Amino acid sequence: MKKKNWLAAMTAAALATTSLGLSAAASAESKQLNIYNWSDYIDMEDVKRFEAETGIKVVYDVYDSNEMLESKIMAGNTGYDIVVPTGSFLERQIQAGIYTEIDKSKLSNYGNLDSELLAKVARHDGNNAHSVPYAWGTIGLGLNNDQVAERLGDMPTDSWDLLFKPEVAAKLKDCGIGVLDSPAEITAIALNYLGLDPNSESKKDLEKAEALLKGTRGNIRYFHSSQYINDLANGDICVAVGYNGDIMQSVGRADEAEQGVSLSYTIPKEGTLVWFDLMAIPADAPHKDAAYKFIDYVLTPKVAAGISNYVYYAVPNTAAEPLIIDEVINDPGIYPTEAVKAKLFPQQAHTAKFDRLLNRAWSNVKTGR
Amino acid sequence: MTQSTSHQEPAIGLARLAQLFSMLWQFIGLGRVNWGRLMVIAVPYFWLALFFFIPFVVVFKISLAESAIAVPPYSSLLDWDLEEAYLNIKINLGNYLFLWEDSFYLDAYLSSIKIAVISTLLTLVVGFPIAWLIARSEGTTRTVLLALVILPFWTSFLLRVYAWMALLKKSGPINDILMAVGLIDQPIQMLQTDFAVYIGIVYTYLPFMILPLYTALEKLDMTLVEAAADLGYRPVQSFFAVIVPLALPGIVAGCLLVFIPVVGEYVIPALLGGSDTLMIGRVLWDEFSINRDWPMASAVATVMLVLLVLPIMLVRNRADDQEGKA
Repeated sequence: MKKKNWLAAMTAAALATTSLGLSAAASAESKQLNIYNWSDYIDMEDVKRFEAETGIKVVYDVYDSNEMLESKIMAGNTGYDIVVPTGSFLERQIQAGIYTEIDKSKLSNYGNLDSELLAKVARHDGNNAHSVPYAWGTIGLGLNNDQVAERLGDMPTDSWDLLFKPEVAAKLKDCGIGVLDSPAEITAIALNYLGLDPNSESKKDLEKAEALLKGTRGNIRYFHSSQYINDLANGDICVAVGYNGDIMQSVGRADEAEQGVSLSYTIPKEGTLVWFDLMAIPADAPHKDAAYKFIDYVLTPKVAAGISNYVYYAVPNTAAEPLIIDEVINDPGIYPTEAVKAKLFPQQAHTAKFDRLLNRAWSNVKTGR
Repeated sequence: MTQSTSHQEPAIGLARLAQLFSMLWQFIGLGRVNWGRLMVIAVPYFWLALFFFIPFVVVFKISLAESAIAVPPYSSLLDWDLEEAYLNIKINLGNYLFLWEDSFYLDAYLSSIKIAVISTLLTLVVGFPIAWLIARSEGTTRTVLLALVILPFWTSFLLRVYAWMALLKKSGPINDILMAVGLIDQPIQMLQTDFAVYIGIVYTYLPFMILPLYTALEKLDMTLVEAAADLGYRPVQSFFAVIVPLALPGIVAGCLLVFIPVVGEYVIPALLGGSDTLMIGRVLWDEFSINRDWPMASAVATVMLVLLVLPIMLVRNRADDQEGKA
């Protein structure tokens, strides 16, 4: 049965013209590679070296949110050969059938990957069939040490109490708490704090998490997924619930500015969410061979270590570890200890129905309805 | 009898049809066709069709679909099967029902309209004196003042909003100055509040208010104001009795130019507002990107358009009538 969806065909035609620039060299298969990755996620020198070694021209585009990537890639015909979504997003995108299966025999460095972490990634992508991990990290607390100590005294700061216990959070309200605007991730953390399954899809559990968040809403200055990087470094907020690499970036900026702002990143003792950014090849990628070459290149110890040294995120690459600088590899906020690692949980994709409930609960929390 | 009518009918039918056709012809103004004029009018219509009507039809079409985990992420309305020669049409009104049932959307629409009304009034209050000053100044001064109003457009809108973020933040210059002067002891939280949203909107949309006001005020005959004064009106009285009615077309145009885009504003509340600033533009974005529900987002957009366009058309018609009378 041949069904024709004329509108899909029309959109495809329209999109094809926009991606013409990208696929102009389609005839010279493998002489070009179109990568769509997170902004500031690789040292561009490494990309240049890849071009020099292989003679493949790399077109490198960036995005700053999974939503941005998803709305593009779900429209189809992007012309990209490699994209790097986060686990829970990839999980759903695989269901839409937009990724090709990874042929591991084309990746000579696949053995460098940390098998323990691969097993965790397999919760998003069964048998790691459609993805190769790029980097991983956690969501935790970025703290302005002096301002927090001034308000909390000797109280230990390695706890989600700072956010979820209203009487503690109230003390930090005046210096400012910023929280990621990420419904699924923050709700998972709230559920875990309550001792519930972080990936629960029960309506009752969601209500409990919503109540917990509403209880502390008045103490939170804003929900935003990137603003805290600057604000924490400038001392405009004193507590940020954010991604470890972003908070490390803040720490770096504060050190450079030498304004006497001392920051730190902590993984709370109750455990937190672990995320993986995963390289995948879209099914309609025009240069699949070149994509394999680049993924294999990223898996070499030198390049993987270079990424970790540059972005301050962990790479799941055992062979790269000796090449990672001490400042990064010995930082428990980037490479957590085994005891902490045991308490990390992934946030998995939800059904569309639960997503709607979750996002409505989140809107209610944010707007204080 | 039956035979004669059946013979007659086609003839009558044709005559009727011709009559109807010529009426239609007259109605759309093709009776006295002026092809040159038609070409000139066709350009803006073509523009509107290409950049307004067609995109709207696409959005409307998506709003009648169901979201799906697929590429693209919604179901198709039409299923052609060329071999079996059937056409399957599937329309989903669930999104509109949901909009109606969930009070969240109504709150968001109302809150957007509230913010738009307040900021339009603020812009009018700030813009009127400026437009008056420009209209009453002469020669080079006027040119320079007008250039100053238009000048900010030379930099990106986004950059200007970011500049406000730097100005308003806790460790920013406004707080520093207020503290140095001694008006406040502690920096005040201005960013991430509705206050910052109003500042951002009034600042950004001020030129759209000033320019139409200026055009109206420039044409204003000052002898009428003098006459009002001679006849015993105090300045405030003559302002409301003479100037405002004469400037009304400019006021209406300026208010519409500000009000319409502000209702759907996304960037300013997202960057300057707090997380509790509820506006329909943000709801739309959340539906599209966080809920990944393109059909629902399209339904929100369609309803916004209908809710906005209908009252605005009414206002316009009334304004046109008044202009016609005057």
